[in-house]
Amino acid sequence: MVAIADSVPKPTARFRFILDRRDVFGSLMVAPAILYVLLLVGVPLLMAVYYSLSAYTIYNPSWRFVGLSNFIDIVNNPVFRQTLYNTFIFTFGSQILGLVLGKFGALLLLRPFPGRKLVRALIILPWAVPIALATVAWEWMFDSLYSVINWTLIALGIVTRSNAPNWLGTPHLAMLCVIVVNAWRFFPFAIVIFLAGITAIPQDVLDAATIDGAGFWRRNYQIIMPMILPIVAVGLIFGFVFTFTDLSIVFLMTMGGPVGATSVLGFAGFQTGINSGDVSHGAAISLFMLPVLLVVVVAMLRFIRRREI
Amino acid sequence: MAAVSTRNIVKKFGELAAVNGISLDVPNGEFMVLLGPSGCGKTTFLRIICGLEQQTSGDLLIGGDIVNDVPPRARGVAMMFQSYGLYPHFSVRHNIAFPLRTQRVPGAEINKKVAWAAQLLGIDHLLDRRPRQLSGGERQRVALARALVREPTALLLDEPLSNLDAKLRAFARQEIKQFQQRVGVTTIYVTHDQVEAMGMGDRIAVIDHGQVRQVGTPSEIYDNPADRFVAAFVGAPPMNIVARNGGYLGFRPENFLPKDMIKDAAFTEFKFRVDRSEYLGSERIVYGALEGFDPKQVITAKLPPAHVADEWIRPGEWHLFAVRNSALRHFDDDGKRRSRL
Ligand SMILES: Nc1ncnc2c1ncn2[C@@H]1O[C@H](COP(=O)(O)OP(=O)(O)O)[C@@H](O)[C@H]1O
Ligand SMILES: [Mg+2]
Repeated sequence: MVAIADSVPKPTARFRFILDRRDVFGSLMVAPAILYVLLLVGVPLLMAVYYSLSAYTIYNPSWRFVGLSNFIDIVNNPVFRQTLYNTFIFTFGSQILGLVLGKFGALLLLRPFPGRKLVRALIILPWAVPIALATVAWEWMFDSLYSVINWTLIALGIVTRSNAPNWLGTPHLAMLCVIVVNAWRFFPFAIVIFLAGITAIPQDVLDAATIDGAGFWRRNYQIIMPMILPIVAVGLIFGFVFTFTDLSIVFLMTMGGPVGATSVLGFAGFQTGINSGDVSHGAAISLFMLPVLLVVVVAMLRFIRRREI
Repeated sequence: MAAVSTRNIVKKFGELAAVNGISLDVPNGEFMVLLGPSGCGKTTFLRIICGLEQQTSGDLLIGGDIVNDVPPRARGVAMMFQSYGLYPHFSVRHNIAFPLRTQRVPGAEINKKVAWAAQLLGIDHLLDRRPRQLSGGERQRVALARALVREPTALLLDEPLSNLDAKLRAFARQEIKQFQQRVGVTTIYVTHDQVEAMGMGDRIAVIDHGQVRQVGTPSEIYDNPADRFVAAFVGAPPMNIVARNGGYLGFRPENFLPKDMIKDAAFTEFKFRVDRSEYLGSERIVYGALEGFDPKQVITAKLPPAHVADEWIRPGEWHLFAVRNSALRHFDDDGKRRSRL
């Protein structure tokens, strides 16, 4: 009798060890993260979806459901189609340029030379400088009157004062400028990715390639590149997602101009939805990012997984 | 295939001379083993031969030509690395074909040679796998096939068996040796394991601190070590070396026997105190000390169990042991072998 009575667990005992249970403690620890994602990503996303299907503007905040008409409006608008095209040019252009710069930067930084540690530290600067300050500095370098670049070109006799390029005033050059600034901002990240990948390759494999008769280029493109591809692909996903959704450089340097030549999705969505108050069309513009990003991310992840098998 | 010779090769890393004047002649087709403790400069020496490292001074000759300034790929030397260095993103087939592709060998010829190498090493069935899907022994064979497929002037092997377990190692030792005899390629094999060296080498070069201590056939190295280092490094358990008359006296444990087992020859007597004994089935290893010598120095005797019963050899007992005079080795106080007394 006594034994049976004792074996009934007291409530205090049951709760005292509740944190020792893996499932309880685990859920407790991930709860903040889940809550954060739900509240700050999930809810705004659902709201954006709803706005894009309604006739909501800040002057007439009606929740009237209008179906896909907002999407049909913007797709029929040539300015939007230009923006979509710009976004791809901007993203691919700066990713490719950033990758090339990153690859060469990493190769240079792998060779020992005096002051290498200092250079390795300094190379992170474009990343550490606040983007607003950096962009303003770049803006002055591209300025029609005060451009350091033009002064240099004139001093070298490559162009004259009268036909010096108007960097931010010519559509193609303006696109080139935002691409260059974005690549400049991202290439330290690319260097870090490449360095991490290359230094993880066992020395024996590289030595074997040398002995097997592979020269510099063959070692690079048949051994090193394929071996670091998975990690570079992860870097590319990040770069692609951040660039595709970015508006800061365009906003600070060109305001989408001249005549919409550098307008990108993030910027156009912000201009239409917030500055002009046409929330429903702004939401529809922004939602165009979703399928593109989804396709890119799924494709990349699949590719990585296939490589690892 | 070609002979490999070095003339006084030195390699310095800053102050440290990893290789300190090695002169070695490996004739065409020989299986030469470099034997030495780890850190003695074996890997560095191999890397100089294949061109991954440039010597500080000295000459390297392959097939009679000085190749100091010839880049690795033009030396035609193949090397197998300690951890094999297989390309993880290539199939086995592609791994083996890689050295041929870099030389722009036509595709049909590549297929033929890959098939030949794969068959030689018995890895035909693995050709479409990736290196990570192979066992240690299979990886080693793939690395060997890759090294041999382009018919190298010389084959360099850097501790190729160190990643295999003990059982596989004995088997692989046999296999590499037979295989080398069949192909007849000049081979330089690096190891710190004296069993491998004794069992495989046509000749052995014993290396210490970047210098060659002795070059010779396994029996020369074992029976007539050139100095105390070689004497102590080769053999398990190593040679007993005791100080005597301003020099040193050495004798192998298997020659150190109870006096009544030696009848036919002149011998030298020792009084031996037994401290401990290990029965290993085929032999009995006895540890102890000699009367009249340093009492702390451990002397080992390797005895045939058939002749020496358990109760005969008990800790603390003194016995009369002896060594045939022909089995005694004399060294100067600087460690060099003294000419026969
Ligand atoms: N790249 C290097 N830089 C500096 N020291 C090195 C380098 N490679 C080897 N060493 C040194 O040279 C000595 C010989 O090394 P190694 O040839 O690898 O010996 P082993 O292969 O016989 O174990 C060691 O003391 C090692 O620390
Ligand atoms: Mg080594």
